[in-house]
Amino acid sequence: MSYTKRDDGRKFDELRKIKAKVGVVKRADGSAMFQMGDTIAIASVYGPRELHPRFLQNPERGVLRCNYDMASFSVTERKKPGPSRRSTEISLVTEKALASVIDLDLFPNTVIDVFIEIIQANAGTRCAGISAAAMALAHAGIPMRDMVAAVSVGKVGDKIVLDLDKEEEDFEEGATDIPVAMTARKREITLLQLDGEVTKDELMEAIKMARKGCEEIHKIQVKTLKEIYKNG
Amino acid sequence: MDNDYIISLVEQGKRIDGRKFDEIREIVLEPNISKNAEGSARCKIGDTEVLVGVKMDIGEPYPDSPDEGSIVVTTELSPIASPEFELGPPGVQAIEIARIVDRGIRESKAIDFKKLVITSGEKCWILFIDIYPINDSGNLIDASALGTLVALKNTRYVKEENNKAVFGEFTNKKLELEKTPITITFVKIGNNILLDPNSKEEEVAEARLSAAVYNGRIYALQKGGDKGFSEKEIESMIDVAVKKEKDLKKIVDKAK
Amino acid sequence: MNERDIVVPGEKIASGMDYLPGNGTFREGEDIYSSQLGLVGVNGRFVKVIPLTGKYIPREGDIVVGKVVDVGFGMWNVDIGSAYSAILNMRETSEFIDRGADLSHYYDFNDVVIAQVTKVVRYKDVNLTMKGQGLRKVKGGKIIDVTPSKVPRIIGKQGSMIKMIKEGTGCNIVVGQNGKVWIKGERIEDEVKATEVILKIEQESHTQGLTDTIKNILEGKGK
Repeated sequence: MSYTKRDDGRKFDELRKIKAKVGVVKRADGSAMFQMGDTIAIASVYGPRELHPRFLQNPERGVLRCNYDMASFSVTERKKPGPSRRSTEISLVTEKALASVIDLDLFPNTVIDVFIEIIQANAGTRCAGISAAAMALAHAGIPMRDMVAAVSVGKVGDKIVLDLDKEEEDFEEGATDIPVAMTARKREITLLQLDGEVTKDELMEAIKMARKGCEEIHKIQVKTLKEIYKNG
Repeated sequence: MDNDYIISLVEQGKRIDGRKFDEIREIVLEPNISKNAEGSARCKIGDTEVLVGVKMDIGEPYPDSPDEGSIVVTTELSPIASPEFELGPPGVQAIEIARIVDRGIRESKAIDFKKLVITSGEKCWILFIDIYPINDSGNLIDASALGTLVALKNTRYVKEENNKAVFGEFTNKKLELEKTPITITFVKIGNNILLDPNSKEEEVAEARLSAAVYNGRIYALQKGGDKGFSEKEIESMIDVAVKKEKDLKKIVDKAK
Repeated sequence: MNERDIVVPGEKIASGMDYLPGNGTFREGEDIYSSQLGLVGVNGRFVKVIPLTGKYIPREGDIVVGKVVDVGFGMWNVDIGSAYSAILNMRETSEFIDRGADLSHYYDFNDVVIAQVTKVVRYKDVNLTMKGQGLRKVKGGKIIDVTPSKVPRIIGKQGSMIKMIKEGTGCNIVVGQNGKVWIKGERIEDEVKATEVILKIEQESHTQGLTDTIKNILEGKGK
């Protein structure tokens, strides 16, 4: 059950190749594309805008609403279009991953809508979605105290590994998938899920590896955001 | 009761119900609370009360796992349990609870799905685990997960005839549980971590972590709430979870 | 951090209590951080970040171009492109309106108005007035949207840029601080040219020699 070499030749603590771009959805207030290996996520942000119906409004602070969706063709076997229990859960944890950095108190009675679409899936989709959403929020001019980056770590066979791809997630002898999101400055963990089996020490080692991965992703997010103003 | 009051109490090391930060409320587990179910249980943690029922049916295995049966976990947050719940299809909170409970069982392989197959690739048993909170006084996640374990423990198969389930006719064959993963939920209030939140504490909590543990190994984790945890906080919660699992396992084992 | 550096949310821009946090920044402990994607600006002891993107944030005194979206009791709701719609009270119009008069007779749905922001209460309850020079309902023409932070560049130093565009296209143009620009020309081609030029300024606002480039386009000498 020993995992000795990653199928794409990466080191155990190496991220897949990342491509990021901002401003991909012209009509949105902010948008971004984030690609890790073969997983591609697009996020667009609308808001702050008035929230209707009225009874959903919060007179003390704005509401953050995230919607994660996978395109039917994003996966090998067609996925029926529309929300599923899985996408509902992911929408929830995505919102929780981003909420802590946004100053929602500044926008009572409004909603900030974040839409994430996965157009190609090869594991790590919710993480790519969160990294894209954070850039889209910055692009939309939403005031934030920090940036958020996300990556999945896990255990494949007997090794702790960074940024699992689909083959690793489906590893025959068992794999544990741990999606993690962290804030850049304060290193707070705002997304943490786990499915599989690990000991506490393995978990802490994985989280440490995720921290390094998030730091690298954050650097790319910053570079991408600043670049829009160099090229006009 | 004021949210600020609870926060200031916590800062002083106290909880409104007088518990210590790592103390769980009294747990009462009662199996077989509904005759027509294949398995059922009531779980009370303090005043939080959840009923879980297991129904079996025969269906087809998923094409990619022809030799395995499956489970379907659903939570119904009925308005009976709380003024916050509304009638209608499961909302995000219900879905999250169901998926956390599902994960704990599935990832720990508490049920050997291979034992649920009847004919490879054609027929298998499907376990429908339905969770009905009756009173929400906080921590529905742990009450649901514990109730589910006890319900599964006393689940017996219904009769099978010509590849069809004969509802109402029970056999003596009991469902085997390979493991009893225990789910433990923590919340963060200010800089303090509390175990088994009651409803007021849940309202005020900034972040939440649920962990499914068995014999010192972690099978599922779910972080909730608007704020985050530091790595250190995660480590100390896992330490507590691993410790508490031993006590809770005894309670579950005792419940027939 | 230097002035005119581009910063992202969460990036530290100043240390120590000598500086004060202005718009687009916040203080945590001894340090001041940016809350926006934007350019660092210094104004005396205040450090601020001018957002490069984002919705219009209404400020008292701003002249804005808006569209009437609702006619209510004694007031109109005007969409000025910010998170909240703005309110124009019937007492804030330049004409005297009788109580009980039909307000849609004065400003109706989809009418375009040039108004001024009088009061902003914490990002909501934006109040407008139509009393003042140049504030009026306008007819015809078109409205284009530009990023509010680019408005100063489009107007230019002492209005020099926008003056050049008006003269070069013969169009009537009002640039709202809210990023909505009303353009009306004699011919459609003039409106199109004005639109192209303004959008070009928006995209290349930070490049050198922009004024000359725009001048050339207006004179028909280049793209």
